Amino acid sequence: MSAPANVNVNTDTISGNRGLMIEEPLIFEMDVKGRSGVDLPDVPQHKERLGSLKRKGAIGLPGLAEPQVVRHYTKLSQKNYAIDMSVYPLGSCTMKHNPRLNEKMARLQGIADLHPMQPVSTVQGALELIDTLAHWLKTLTGMPAVAMSPAAGAHGELCGMLAIRAAHLAKGDARKRILVPESAHGTNPATAASIGYEVDPVPADERGRVDLAAFKAKLGPDVAGTMITNPNTCGLFENDIVDIADAIHGVGGYFYCDGANFNAIVGRVRPGDLGVDAMHINLHKTFSTPHGGGGPGSGPVVLSAALAPYAPLPYVTHGANGFDLVEHDDGPDGPKGSFGRLKGFHGQMGMFTRALSYMLSHGADGLRQVSGDAVLNANYLLACLRDELTAAFPGTCMHEALFNDDFLEGTGVTTLDFAKAMIDEGYHPMTMYFPLVVHGALLMEPTETESKIGLDRYIGVVKGLAKRAKMGDAEYFRGAPYHTPRRRLDETLAARQPILRWKPEETKQAAE
Amino acid sequence: MSGIRFSKEHEWVKLEGDVATVGISPYAQEQLGDVVFVDLPAIGKKVEKGKELAVVESVKAASEVYAPVGGEVVEVNAALGDAPGTVNEDALGKGWFAKLRIASKAELDELMDEAAYKAYCDGLH
Repeated sequence: MSAPANVNVNTDTISGNRGLMIEEPLIFEMDVKGRSGVDLPDVPQHKERLGSLKRKGAIGLPGLAEPQVVRHYTKLSQKNYAIDMSVYPLGSCTMKHNPRLNEKMARLQGIADLHPMQPVSTVQGALELIDTLAHWLKTLTGMPAVAMSPAAGAHGELCGMLAIRAAHLAKGDARKRILVPESAHGTNPATAASIGYEVDPVPADERGRVDLAAFKAKLGPDVAGTMITNPNTCGLFENDIVDIADAIHGVGGYFYCDGANFNAIVGRVRPGDLGVDAMHINLHKTFSTPHGGGGPGSGPVVLSAALAPYAPLPYVTHGANGFDLVEHDDGPDGPKGSFGRLKGFHGQMGMFTRALSYMLSHGADGLRQVSGDAVLNANYLLACLRDELTAAFPGTCMHEALFNDDFLEGTGVTTLDFAKAMIDEGYHPMTMYFPLVVHGALLMEPTETESKIGLDRYIGVVKGLAKRAKMGDAEYFRGAPYHTPRRRLDETLAARQPILRWKPEETKQAAE
Repeated sequence: MSGIRFSKEHEWVKLEGDVATVGISPYAQEQLGDVVFVDLPAIGKKVEKGKELAVVESVKAASEVYAPVGGEVVEVNAALGDAPGTVNEDALGKGWFAKLRIASKAELDELMDEAAYKAYCDGLH
């Protein structure tokens, strides 16, 4: 059709839908009294024994038939943006590509149908799987021990820090202070504080890395350890990490390394060689397990020889009759020092299966290529966008490219506006306003699976938006997004007066 | 506004007698964006200079508010509970956080006056 669109035509639809952009009510608003997906027979004559447990009010579930439920949730799922659709600049923190082979392995009947209470003799394969994964994690990190049970990254931090505290207490040395750099993940200080440590922040220097002199100045006999994210949250490798490890060991402290960003160095650097005492590994970030809405987290923690005796229960050992599961700490000579149990059962078996599938299908050389490609892709973004945006720090980056908002100065466009405009372009926005040490931060992690064609398309959009902002089109940005089911949301009101639960009364009041 | 002092962490303090009123500066609220929640200290809490006094949460970030001077909390601005946006609208006035009975007036001398603070902010980003 070559004729220009007639601007005077009213394009509002009767239904309120716009093509496949369907206006979908809440499932509660679709309630029809008495409708149900199944026909249940009447309850036969019986004597009621519920007593005070008898339900007094309505159960509050909407009545719908099965096809309506299927349609409802299918329509909602189509409103979602996902890694399976396009470039996802939030990167591996949220989710990177989940190879479908992993999913196939996790669904094998012999794995998926196991119960954790089964006798050990009937789950030898599962224990071997845990043991093999543990072997890979120890080999890749150069560490002698690993705790498999932590259920997520932050849980892993808790595990490592409890081991550090147990090691100090075993020596009768109740230290109080943990040094945490500003370039560390936000969960690091939270973990230290949650088990009673005093968090002492260490500033970042102009390179976006730990200020070594400031770090050393804070050391003392009351320092229990340090928690450092490497590569750090600015997407940079902490070059002074060996000096930091030596310095903390020099005062009798332990070195907790947040290994969330291990995906940038796997197959290339062994944290054990850097002097790390404890490090968690987010299986989703490095070993491609599903995450967020897709599955539970899993955060195994590798431990140095000094911390290994305090590892949580249970763990897998090689027994006389095959694999065995150690669930109690008391050996023939009394307790060995474990700080106890962190979670029910033995860890996230489904995630273990997927991570091992990823490792075995990639091999050691393949994992080395994973980190190489992740870093290459991020540096390609950095190099291509450097002239149009402003890089937060000079030089190259690791697995993520970080920009500040200097390029928007004087345009009247903020990082938030920029992110909203990206939604109209069909991209999920990048991480914004984080890390806090960078003004108006825009943080992008392409991950290793993005092709050059896909990256070029994304770069074209980001560059185009930056040019548009600089041309003085602030009005456009302030109004974005334009092409979404809902326009700019009032995030302030939502945060100030959060409505966390749907209630019929509230809906009525809100409509008034 | 005379007699007001500022810290490098962008808190302000104004002394009347031995009671210091504390809040965050207009620069700080500007950087934070819309404030959505303020976690105020308990009355009677004793806080050292430079230690956490309150937490302020905006659409962008959650940040600690450090005590620019040490003292005992004698009053908090409970109105911020229902109207945290007051911090954005009137940071130096109705958006105050807490009042401290201070231990040492000497600690105030270590803080910047209005002119010095303005120069400090101009030097930032």
